[in-house]
Amino acid sequence: MYMIKFMLDDLERRILRHLQIDPARSVAALAEAANTTSAVCARRLARMKQNGVILGQEAVIDWRVLGYEVEVSLRVSLDKTQTRAFDDFITAARLVPEVIEIQTFLGRVDVRLSVIARDMAHYQHLYRTRVLTLPHISDIETLMQVALIKSQEMLPI
Amino acid sequence: MIELDDLDRNLLIALRSDCTQAIGALARELGVSQPVAWRRVKRLYDLGVIKARRVHLDHEKLGFGVTVFLGIKLAAKGRVSLEDFERAVKAIPEVQIVEHVLGLYDYRLRVVARDISDFERILRRRVMTLPGVGDVEANVLLSEERRLGPLGQTDNVYTKVDRAIPLGAG
Repeated sequence: MYMIKFMLDDLERRILRHLQIDPARSVAALAEAANTTSAVCARRLARMKQNGVILGQEAVIDWRVLGYEVEVSLRVSLDKTQTRAFDDFITAARLVPEVIEIQTFLGRVDVRLSVIARDMAHYQHLYRTRVLTLPHISDIETLMQVALIKSQEMLPI
Repeated sequence: MIELDDLDRNLLIALRSDCTQAIGALARELGVSQPVAWRRVKRLYDLGVIKARRVHLDHEKLGFGVTVFLGIKLAAKGRVSLEDFERAVKAIPEVQIVEHVLGLYDYRLRVVARDISDFERILRRRVMTLPGVGDVEANVLLSEERRLGPLGQTDNVYTKVDRAIPLGAG
């Protein structure tokens, strides 16, 4: 596969850095932070959107505010003697509404699910009825989130 | 706790895929008036249901080919201060997420790197030198999808398309 890497100039780098820090700010404010004019800033933003460097902007939901107090990382090893283990597991995991993230890995862990629950009783119920019943699990480890110390999905550009 | 109705849920689903879209267009699509949509969106932000906005950048195009999750165990609990570790780990620019967890590890980190040798540099120079760091386990991310979660349960879903983020193996 052929991947085109984009060479950003210093100005574009500055714009992206400031945009990542505060995505909600206006083009004028962004331009000022990046030390350029609004017109130039708008043009560069349009260019980076056009060539697919900037893919969009998404709202991040706070599940705690919606009453989901518990967040758990389930690290799953699959039974790799089953050729369809990954596909079957992921297809089934998608049907569980409390699963908010599905990631696959190269390493000791095969798949990781992020599961949210209203409280521990709700989590225990989900774990027994929806998680342990997922297909082809050979091992499962639980990491319970105590606190989110840093959450800034920014690229160090 | 905040109760959401179908309109709130559909607005959240829409804003979750694109929070820069015009409220007018969104209102038309959902069959409500613009002031109603505007008030609801403002409420979602004011109540903190939407806690932040995230710029979605193409990692590959910007030269970041690798995302690694690290599980970290502190070496000597009680003798190292969690605050010192947390302050130092937060300052590493390549570390995007730090979670304090209970279980096999004490902390879970999401790290971005340009390639595997860049990752090795970050691991050796920045992570292994953190105060109190003990066992470290690394898993390289191959694919990732963020689901609608309980929002998908609404009866009247405006879009059923869930976004999968293909990260590729580089």
